[in-house]
Amino acid sequence: MGLEHRLGRMVKPADGCSLLRSSASDPFLKGCVLMKIHEYQAKELLKAAGVAVPAGEVANKPEEAAEAFDRLKTPLVVVKAQVHAGGRGKGIAVGPDDDHAAAYDIACGRKQRPEGVAKGVQLVKTKEETRKAAASLLGKKLITYQTGPQGQTISKVLVTVGHEIARELYLGMAVDRALHCPVVMASTEGGVEIEKVAHESPEKIERVPIDVGLGLLEFQGRKLSHALGLKGDTAKKGEKLFKGFVRLFLEKDASLAEINPLIVTGAGDVLALDCKLNFDDNALFRHPDVAILLDAAEEDPAELRAARSGLSYVSLDGNIACLVNGAGLAMSTMDLIKYHGGEPANFLDVGGGASKEQVLEGFRILLSSPNVKAVLVNIFGGIMQCDIIAAALLVAYDEIDFRVPLVVRLEGTNVEAGMKLLKDSGRKIITATGLTDAAQQVVAAAKGQE
Amino acid sequence: MSILANKSTRLICQGITGKAGAFHSEQCQKYGTNLVGGVTPGRGGTTALGVPVFDTCDEAVKATGANATMIFVPPPFAADAILEAADAGIALIVAITEGIPVLDMARANGYLKAHHSHVRLVGPNCPGVITPGVCKIGIMPGYIHKSGRVGVISRSGTLTYEGVWQLTNLGIGQSTCIGIGGDPITGTDFVAALALFESDPETDAVLLLGEIGGNAEERAAEMKATGRFTKPMAAFIAGQTAPPGKRMGHAGAIISGGSGKASDKIAALEAAGIHVAKSPADMGLTLKAALKS
Repeated sequence: MGLEHRLGRMVKPADGCSLLRSSASDPFLKGCVLMKIHEYQAKELLKAAGVAVPAGEVANKPEEAAEAFDRLKTPLVVVKAQVHAGGRGKGIAVGPDDDHAAAYDIACGRKQRPEGVAKGVQLVKTKEETRKAAASLLGKKLITYQTGPQGQTISKVLVTVGHEIARELYLGMAVDRALHCPVVMASTEGGVEIEKVAHESPEKIERVPIDVGLGLLEFQGRKLSHALGLKGDTAKKGEKLFKGFVRLFLEKDASLAEINPLIVTGAGDVLALDCKLNFDDNALFRHPDVAILLDAAEEDPAELRAARSGLSYVSLDGNIACLVNGAGLAMSTMDLIKYHGGEPANFLDVGGGASKEQVLEGFRILLSSPNVKAVLVNIFGGIMQCDIIAAALLVAYDEIDFRVPLVVRLEGTNVEAGMKLLKDSGRKIITATGLTDAAQQVVAAAKGQE
Repeated sequence: MSILANKSTRLICQGITGKAGAFHSEQCQKYGTNLVGGVTPGRGGTTALGVPVFDTCDEAVKATGANATMIFVPPPFAADAILEAADAGIALIVAITEGIPVLDMARANGYLKAHHSHVRLVGPNCPGVITPGVCKIGIMPGYIHKSGRVGVISRSGTLTYEGVWQLTNLGIGQSTCIGIGGDPITGTDFVAALALFESDPETDAVLLLGEIGGNAEERAAEMKATGRFTKPMAAFIAGQTAPPGKRMGHAGAIISGGSGKASDKIAALEAAGIHVAKSPADMGLTLKAALKS
């Protein structure tokens, strides 16, 4: 089975609760903000599309959670931290004074979990237990194997009915680039990491290609039921669920949808116990109802700020920042730095324009990170002329307190004029000739700052 | 390669009255491309860059005999523009637009396959196609290219220019450069482009520029390994330092749950006998080495 046939979990799947921030002032963000939403939001969308989900309520305060318990009128309740990360069940809620590193070890299974430590998902049976569980989570940071030791703040919990689980299944959907269409994936191996299943026993995953115009066909629904071992009434319930699931994906321009686990209860009902939904941000312009679900608190602030200026930005762990025009060249520049012994601090693509304002904002975002020890500007000016780019760089340089070395490599139209402008500027800008020279210079400059 | 952009190309631009469409159409004209018209609904009857503007592709084709189009239509309407061009009988569609919803492209591809299977779509989200010295359909700077016998296929824009510039400076000219684009679903993938180059008598070798996300590079490697592509090949894969789960600019550049990693692509390419450049500074040199072996 080819690599393309694995559905993997994104590093930060959408689950958990959130601050429902109305981004009404800024609903259509361009750029590399991967549109993820929280579990409770995903469940609301599923429900609206006809997919059965457990009854539940979102709570911002322990008292609200307790009241929710009363309204749910059920013997078993599950209190779930709402954060954009997987592994919540084994995750640990910590306060500011707790040992984050130790908690991360526990969440990753490297250390024993001591008694009384608050997990990200807790089963409770009374109103008081519900209140206590919510209190142990709200306002704390949840550390899971996916969040790293810094964890993510829990602002909301989902208080949901606990069901007796007879079977745990998997249902997913994503766009298959080779087939040029979305594919539904179903497996009897639910509740575990599907990537492991794809790797070890790919035959346990049923794949059904979806015609975007026709949606899930009736016989395809039956095929999925059969693959999942559903029979009779349960199969019918399953088929209704699959239809709604596919309809939601297609209607809302999702990019990735996972229900893991999809459960069959003792009574033969089929429910989505957990759901991750990611959306195609190219399509957000036509889904304002999805766009406002964006939880700015869950996103990297620098990445969000960059997106607002039409820049593509991803922060990394290193200390050499780069500003490049073009995604492929930007990724290559990161690779180039690493190849020469440096560590890239980010990916930043100013796109085809490289205007003065974008360069300025790009510099501001790069330098807002205290880790940055040197900056490399790598621009291949095709239509954009190098002397115009150089002039823009100088203006930006002057407006910012450039406290670290700046290496500039320009290539393209009017490159000699551009380089001359930089050299004659009297600013402390290091001009590089060629990619290798640029990388060597910036790596040396960063080391010199340590 | 004459199959795509050549002396017989009669190009229209959909979106010619927009800023980007106008600018790049003029650049193509200056390069020597035969621009014969433009299409912008509502602006039919006017003129731009000395050529007539039409309301529909159909009218444009009937009046000018256009056989190629370059699309600069905004994302919400671009997929529709692709299908309109195909319906009008245009054989080569180069979609420059970035930001088209993925499912729109899924729909468009399905429609083309069902109703216009002979149409070649390149892109979207791509710099275009150029046969150096002959015809340019896209936004790439013409001057960096040199006519020759090496084909270039790339998912990227400026990284392609980097690679082409390195080749040109080594005296290695290009037969055709095809920017297939950075989106998850494109009209022409590596496999299709390699098939074109395999049957092109004017191409002796290919430089392939890939990146993280998907498994297009692995499928390209398979073509070489199974003998469906027989010419020397060199490659570079961008994004070896990209972290999983993040979208690196291009909609298609995501490492999702272990698949789409640069290391896997590089391994597959090398196993198939393709020379892979370790640094982006060595793309040209790696192709040169591939030519020798």
